Amino acid sequence: MADRTLDELRDLMVASGGVDEEVDLSDDILDTTFTDLSYDSLAVLELAGRIEREWDVVVPDEAAADFQTPRMVLDYVNERAGVN
Amino acid sequence: MNARRVAITGIGVMAPGGTGRKAFWSTLTDGRTATRTISLFDPAGFRSRIAAECDFDPAAEGLSRREIRRMDRAAQMAVLAAREALLDSGLDDSEPDPARTGVTLGSAVGCTMKLEEEYVVVSDTGRDWLVDPAYGVPHLYHFLVPSSLAAEVAWTCGAEGPVSLISTGCTSGLDAVGNGARLIADGVADTVVAGATDAPISPITVACFDAIKATSPNNDDPAHASRPFDRDRDGFVLGEGAAVFVLEELDRARARGAHVYCEVAGYATRGNAYHMTGLKPDGREMAEAIRAAMNAARIDPDDIDYINAHGSGTRQNDRHETAAFKRSLGKRAYEVPVSSIKSMIGHSLGAIGSLEVAASALAIEHDVVPPTANLRTPDPECDLDYVPGIAREHRTDVVLSVGSGFGGFQSAVVLTAPGRDGAERRAAA
Amino acid sequence: MSRRAVVTGLGVVAPTGIGLEDHWAATLRGRSVLGPLTRFDASRYPVRLAGQVPDFVTKERVPSRVIPQTDHWTHLALAATDLALDDADARPADLPEYEMAVMTASSSGGVEFGQREIERLWRDGPRHVGAYQSIAWFYAATTGQISIRHGMRGPCGVVVAEQAGGLDAIGQARRVLDEGATFVVSGGTDAPFSPYGLTCQISNGRLSESTDPKAAYRPFDGDAAGYVPGEGGAIVIVEDADAAARRGVSRVYGEIAGYAATFDPPPGSDRPPTLRRAIERALDDAGVPPADVDVVFADAAGVPELDRREAEAIGAVFGDHGVPVTAPKSMTGRMYAGSGPLDLVDALLSIRDGVIPPTVGVRRIPADYGIDLVRDLPRRVPVRTALLLARGYGGFNAALVVRAVPDAVAAADGTTVPR
Repeated sequence: MADRTLDELRDLMVASGGVDEEVDLSDDILDTTFTDLSYDSLAVLELAGRIEREWDVVVPDEAAADFQTPRMVLDYVNERAGVN
Repeated sequence: MNARRVAITGIGVMAPGGTGRKAFWSTLTDGRTATRTISLFDPAGFRSRIAAECDFDPAAEGLSRREIRRMDRAAQMAVLAAREALLDSGLDDSEPDPARTGVTLGSAVGCTMKLEEEYVVVSDTGRDWLVDPAYGVPHLYHFLVPSSLAAEVAWTCGAEGPVSLISTGCTSGLDAVGNGARLIADGVADTVVAGATDAPISPITVACFDAIKATSPNNDDPAHASRPFDRDRDGFVLGEGAAVFVLEELDRARARGAHVYCEVAGYATRGNAYHMTGLKPDGREMAEAIRAAMNAARIDPDDIDYINAHGSGTRQNDRHETAAFKRSLGKRAYEVPVSSIKSMIGHSLGAIGSLEVAASALAIEHDVVPPTANLRTPDPECDLDYVPGIAREHRTDVVLSVGSGFGGFQSAVVLTAPGRDGAERRAAA
Repeated sequence: MSRRAVVTGLGVVAPTGIGLEDHWAATLRGRSVLGPLTRFDASRYPVRLAGQVPDFVTKERVPSRVIPQTDHWTHLALAATDLALDDADARPADLPEYEMAVMTASSSGGVEFGQREIERLWRDGPRHVGAYQSIAWFYAATTGQISIRHGMRGPCGVVVAEQAGGLDAIGQARRVLDEGATFVVSGGTDAPFSPYGLTCQISNGRLSESTDPKAAYRPFDGDAAGYVPGEGGAIVIVEDADAAARRGVSRVYGEIAGYAATFDPPPGSDRPPTLRRAIERALDDAGVPPADVDVVFADAAGVPELDRREAEAIGAVFGDHGVPVTAPKSMTGRMYAGSGPLDLVDALLSIRDGVIPPTVGVRRIPADYGIDLVRDLPRRVPVRTALLLARGYGGFNAALVVRAVPDAVAAADGTTVPR
């Protein structure tokens, strides 16, 4: 399976938490923290849930708690997808 | 102005661990935990599969078949608790004036259990978004509008004054008591049946807390899963139940020779305007609610003998709350015993505030404070006296009971031993 | 009540329109805005008409971050709150945080959101329930979101009493002024249109099955055959009059002068219903004799037995044809927690403009109802005091009295009440 891209993650982020008026998701956000992107803990949990449901990748509690940036999410997802 | 004071003259409880206020008090003072693997439905596949459930048979408790059919479990528990409270108050012999009797009932999630059960039927187990109304049961509307819970209690006690359901999430049970007390203080009613009920142990509610990882996943050891203030706490354990009180204007209660458990002396609520589920570590808004409730009760921090904490056992709550106590009470926070009965009977959402008021009233009655069960390894960030494990004999005249809920609600109630406000107590001392 | 509660801002999101003046113009036009229910395919349901908010574009009215975590009912309330704050010319950031309170009513919470999540649970399994179900479905969601969005840290509350709840919330708003709040966002909305939400409503036996929008909901008509449900409502700003004056408000719509709530005896009881007592208590609370009331905004159930009972209660207090009665909700449908607050808006605009909005669709009123119903066309008449009634399923009654702010107070505040 091809790696998930930042664009795909952006779509999931918008569905999970909308877009803050002050934030431009089309910027290079790979290493911007979710906090700086105005995604709170609930939005990240929703994102983790959507990754499980829509991308079919299991995200245990500890992994979700460690998601700080989009890059960390993509790394996690793509490593797991590679194993499957 | 001589303000009208508010007495609690009757208490009714439906709680995990035993039905009725006596069984409830035994559970708490024994330090027994009523948390276990969920039996109300098959929890396989859920992240958290434990809860504190009530064991009761509605028919054996005296509800008719018709009543059972039309009532959600939350309504059944509210009505049974109301009946016990009325009996306890002795009011059934001296019929209060219906026009001067009100009801304020709290509930966070209303009739969701029935709402979900019936949804499964009309939707063919979730397969049809366009559900089939032909399969709807006659009382479906009662389940959609949770005000039906307050209506059932009003019918139980014959109230024809103001009746309402207060639904402020997990502070509903404190807010219902606070609002009921106001009706009496304002002179709108002389008697108010106040309390709260919730029956959230159903798949949708368990799943929604799973999704935000708020509940404990400690499925292998349910009896020790609810660990407020412990370093190793990992979320709250869902509970269910109801507690209902008879509130009366103090002078009238005394005139009829009623037993007065305590007074509802102060109440306040504030919003944290921060986050629907998140709490800032500083406890600022809860501290503000506590200060306002103390002002209303005309007491100082030094008057407080016991704090019945929200103590849900989530990482953020217990820290937040500890900070709020320090912020509002100063050094007194370190001197006064604080405990969380959620360690034993779980977190029954809107109902728990009233169950905690019941525990607080009984603490005043018996001069015993219930413990925080399962507190073995103190969290360095939670450094107050949480009464670990064992109930404590302790002179208890003034209790502060607090709650915190989704939506940012922060509420505080002050209960005082009958007939003494802070000034009088200090003068007597 | 030591403090005077005045209304300084009105925000409407209703089937009659979004925003005060659009709504008021549509209301005075006197035409029903009921129509086929379009939020989902209602063709297989026995009830197919509804009052729906037209042209509500969520992403234009609700912050993007908030949309996924809230139900439509909360979206409507957040939009109405923005309108009310604008109308009151209030900037919450400039006001004392603990003096701003939020008191809303809801009758059924996040109906559509809740159905979607329960569907996912039962169709796909527990892990398919989203993180926001825990904060979108419950009845407190709207108050919590308003408090957070506007930094309001004073007393926050939520009352549920089906259709009566909207007036109860306004009564609570006035009450918390005695506890240090000076600025209250109050009112309510509902949005009960999902397939399951409608199915639940149908089970109460009071919904109209007519498919003719002009005849479906005819309160006080001898042939009334139920009500049409509506969505939306209103959010209003209730302020302590002194604080409003200090804030320099330029307009006071009127005063919340009296309020009372009662509850009916159980079905089958031989005790009398209690709406009359609610009316008398609210008038008494306001210090207003019945003769001073210029208009009654009726609950208007649209069910003959309930209409008759309401007509009797009004007649018992005001006498036969003793006061103009109206029910503009005949145009919008019953919006549950949203109706009382929208009636409050209409009552205050009646005071402002000296005109009573009409009740539509009524052809024949039984003579023994004895009510002077304002029908089809607005009635031009000075209005200084209005009584609002609302009844919630199960026996809840609420009565609210509003009146023009006395000239002396208006002058002292540096405000005027246009008439």
